[in-house]
Amino acid sequence: MTLLSVENLAVHFHTRAGQMRAVDGISFSVDHGEILAIVGESGSGKSVACYSLLNLIPQPPGKIESGTALFEGRDLLSMQPDTLRRIRGNEIGIIFQDPMTSLNPYLTVGEQLIEPLLYHRNLNRQQALKRAVTMLDEVGIADPETRIHSYPHEFSGGMRQRVMIAMAMIAEPKLLICDEPTTALDVTIQAQILSLIKALQKRRNIAVIFISHDLAVVAGLADRVAVMKEGRIVETGPVNDIFQNPHSDYTRTLLASIPSGSKPNLPQFCEQPLLVLDRLTTCFPNNSGGWLSRQKADKKAVNEVSLTIQRGEILGLVGESGSGKSTLGRSILQLVPVTRGSVIFDGIDLVGLRQKRMTPLRRRMQMIFQDPYASLNPRMTVFDCLAEPLLYHGLATRRTVTAQVLALMDDVGLARAAIRKYPHEFSGGQRQRIAIGRAIATKPELIIADEPVSALDVTIQAQILALILALVEKHNLTMLFISHDLSVVRYIADRIAVMHRGELVEMAGTETLFANPGHDYSRKLLSAIPALSTNPARSTRPPTELA
Amino acid sequence: MLRFILSRLLQAIPVLLVVITATFLLVRCAPGGPFSAEKAVPPEVVRALEAQYRLDQPIWQQYLSYLGDLARGEFGPSFRYPGRTVNELIAGGLPITAELAFYAMLVAILIGVCAGVIAALRPNTPQDYLPMSAAMLGICMPSFLMGPLLVLVFGIWLEWLPVSGWGELAGDKILPAITLGTGYAAYIARLSRGGMLEVMSQDYIRTARAKGLPERVVVLKHALRGGLIPVVAFLGPAFAGLLSGSFVVETIFQIPGLGRFYVQAAFNRDYTMILGTTVFFATLIVLFNLLADIIAVWINPKMRHQLSRSR
Amino acid sequence: MENPHSATLTQEQGSSLWRDGWIRLCKNHLALFGLAVIAFFCVIALLTPWIAPYGYEQQDLQLGASPPSAAHWLGTDIFGRDMLTRIMYGSRVSLLVGFVATGVALVIGVLWGTVAGYAGGRVDAVMMRLVDILYALPFMIFIVLLMVVFGRNILLLFLAIGAVEWLTMARIVRGQVQNLRHQEFIEAAFSMGLSRWIIIRRHLIPNTLGPVIVYTTLTIPNVMLLEAFLSFLGLGIQPPQSSWGLLISHGVESMEEYPWLLVFPGLALSITLFALNFLGDGLRDALDPRASKD
Repeated sequence: MTLLSVENLAVHFHTRAGQMRAVDGISFSVDHGEILAIVGESGSGKSVACYSLLNLIPQPPGKIESGTALFEGRDLLSMQPDTLRRIRGNEIGIIFQDPMTSLNPYLTVGEQLIEPLLYHRNLNRQQALKRAVTMLDEVGIADPETRIHSYPHEFSGGMRQRVMIAMAMIAEPKLLICDEPTTALDVTIQAQILSLIKALQKRRNIAVIFISHDLAVVAGLADRVAVMKEGRIVETGPVNDIFQNPHSDYTRTLLASIPSGSKPNLPQFCEQPLLVLDRLTTCFPNNSGGWLSRQKADKKAVNEVSLTIQRGEILGLVGESGSGKSTLGRSILQLVPVTRGSVIFDGIDLVGLRQKRMTPLRRRMQMIFQDPYASLNPRMTVFDCLAEPLLYHGLATRRTVTAQVLALMDDVGLARAAIRKYPHEFSGGQRQRIAIGRAIATKPELIIADEPVSALDVTIQAQILALILALVEKHNLTMLFISHDLSVVRYIADRIAVMHRGELVEMAGTETLFANPGHDYSRKLLSAIPALSTNPARSTRPPTELA
Repeated sequence: MLRFILSRLLQAIPVLLVVITATFLLVRCAPGGPFSAEKAVPPEVVRALEAQYRLDQPIWQQYLSYLGDLARGEFGPSFRYPGRTVNELIAGGLPITAELAFYAMLVAILIGVCAGVIAALRPNTPQDYLPMSAAMLGICMPSFLMGPLLVLVFGIWLEWLPVSGWGELAGDKILPAITLGTGYAAYIARLSRGGMLEVMSQDYIRTARAKGLPERVVVLKHALRGGLIPVVAFLGPAFAGLLSGSFVVETIFQIPGLGRFYVQAAFNRDYTMILGTTVFFATLIVLFNLLADIIAVWINPKMRHQLSRSR
Repeated sequence: MENPHSATLTQEQGSSLWRDGWIRLCKNHLALFGLAVIAFFCVIALLTPWIAPYGYEQQDLQLGASPPSAAHWLGTDIFGRDMLTRIMYGSRVSLLVGFVATGVALVIGVLWGTVAGYAGGRVDAVMMRLVDILYALPFMIFIVLLMVVFGRNILLLFLAIGAVEWLTMARIVRGQVQNLRHQEFIEAAFSMGLSRWIIIRRHLIPNTLGPVIVYTTLTIPNVMLLEAFLSFLGLGIQPPQSSWGLLISHGVESMEEYPWLLVFPGLALSITLFALNFLGDGLRDALDPRASKD
């Protein structure tokens, strides 16, 4: 039986740059007790579509141009704002992506939890608080009687998302909209939250619209899937159909872009490793206290890590947020002061090296950063950006530099005509290409790639991964590839190192680790990966389009 | 929390010492002694006066004994009004200035916050432009221009309100309070608009709306606290500004408050009075900054949390 | 893919953030109007000795105070001196104080803020602690004190006002630099082995410039207000020199009989403050990177 039926919904944004058709005439329906997943890349309009049902998009610039959305026979789009308000949070609950910013930092969790009950159910505070405690208990928050008086910042990210879920569910809605509820969370936390949503849905028998960019997450959760692209639904169907016989090209591209499998052939390692870390430890001073408080022990971000990287190898480094994997990468390049231990690069210990001796070595080791928006100087053109390392290290002269920059742009698949453009004129994927170009400009031997594809959409991610693999092969690079995403690492790395709370807990060949994880934490990580349970017919490699 | 207040109080001591020392040295460096001004005074009279005011001692001794006086709450005798102490002058002027500052602050906060919040609710509409244009007018119309113009219009042409005095005629407190408060109302309006705009675009406001709360609750309960943080941070500087603003307003409206004493003392080179009042003002300002800091911490649970953790 | 040897290829000219900012500013009519007014006043002030209709001290005691007329557009004061001329001469001092004192604040504030923000750690803590302490001082009162003790000297006025205003500038620059220091592109520049000086010159300074320009524009009206405030109290500029604050102060004394003596200098000051504030707000909207996202 249909709970919500959306017909021909169109939402446009009117900005100074012109009109943008965020949602371009979509239709879908959700039945009682069903989980519908809406899948798409960023900008596909999947969130806007759901927000506009509840009048939660900013208007202006947004404007609902047409459509009906019948929720139990009442049209959400044409009803009075005040009537719709009584449905929001009461009959339709919603969970947002980022639990860190979606809770009011100035009010206690309890105060925020009881609001739907106060305004929709007309309960008094006592009754509402009692109900809130039960609800917190149900979503798995320990000691709810005390925690209800805590402020959001006293909870971790996963716990906050549980609070958000409790808040959305407390008025017992019939429909729950989840907007990328696990995207901001670590993979093990993600698994917990997903199973919580699933359990609640079963127990209450409610309908769920689950918005996600991640097909693997959706595969294990949804009954039906709608795939969105550029404001339109390109395909709808039961979950198995979508994954096993996708009809549209776009769905096929999406599926093919999911990194899977691993590198087939291990490269031949030569005698001397390029990089050796010996009991590397990096501490951050703990100065959270005021000057009156006693000095506390320093926080060990990286604790006694020893590993080697062979020439020509891609070593994957995985771990959850706060595991110290980024700090390890920065410690290798001496971007943060190392507390103890040694970093031996091609026989030279970098720790405590004088700047004069370090500078020529920096040419030989480079870094690619996660955020392509922050890693490029907004006031320098592509040319300036790529020419700077070439000129500074004397690898080019004023006369040859233009040709060299153009060659670099060819290498990373950037159109030559864009040489005088500024970073803000490029898309995220193109920016990452510029950043990669800058990193390989000096013909380095070692590259530390810190989550280079985490900020990118899955199809772009596939292209950048392919580019990285091609460049590694072409220039015989050695790479430390840092990521939280195990399937990406599995796809690209020869060996994998697992970090947990600053320590290296396991290091093994990629397939060895996946087949037979040796450490408890690795096992936990691996089991948390949402997997495409079904085995669709698709290539094991993403499309290798370079340009 | 108590620990935080204590530590801030401790930090205020060096600030005050710097103020006292700097003021003391500045005043002592002033060219020409306080009695060398107008007519020739017999040298023995000068000597007697200097002895009375301890000017015959070496400077460090003067400084130390002044510090000692201050510690006892004594600001010393006035140079210009023989027989009266600076304490008496301050005690006479302070209640008036405090009352004026209080009304002005009230005008500033009430009008400023309301205008700012109203403007932020519908940005880039007439509801925004109107109060914000008024605020811009308030900022560009300094008190020494605003005051006389108000006097001219409401006091002299329309004859609605008295143009000078304090507490003598009905309504004579209105114009000074408005004159002093308007500029700050304008600043506060801009600050609270900015703060509210920032907060209203936060995710947690969307959450509150998604819960189906009435817009009134969304604004007053969820947005206002965060939106007013910039205003609270401005209260300390605003108070300091009000004090110096009282110089002008009390002069224009001939109000016998501290500000007018101070300006007169400056013209008369009444050094002990300047010294005393400066130290007194500085203490007040430091205390008010402290108060503003405490309020800022109190309304922000995150900062409260950090403080309690650092214990 | 194009032929790698084709040297003459058509390049798309990118538009830098500066150009984007300028285009946005041009769309803001109020800000452009502000810019035009400031430019106009500056030109007038520069050319005053040549274009003023009367001499600065030229009196016409028989005329006395007269309302605006064809001969004296803005009327005359009680000594029969032409108000337009006096306001023009006053603008020289007012604008000069505004620009010079802001310049003082700019130099001290930017240097202090950059060093503190870039050095970080203990140096930063000490430097900013000092700024905090100075913030707590009642500076207005100190300026009054300085003026009383050392006499009303225009040079001292520049220094005193500049010494107050640099604090906020230092805080803004330091915040900006610190923010940038943790940006990945600075880290990238460092990991490229670029020297500290090149990083500061090529990566840090161009990116702090926007907020500094904005804040400078907003400091000038503050400084002019401060000068007018002091002159009004009789503690700033002294006759025979003149400034708008001083003219306003004289205007107040006889505003009942001759309101134009108060209104015209008041208008001159207010319009200038308006124009500068509009320009500053417009620049902030145009150069603020957060505003450039839409």
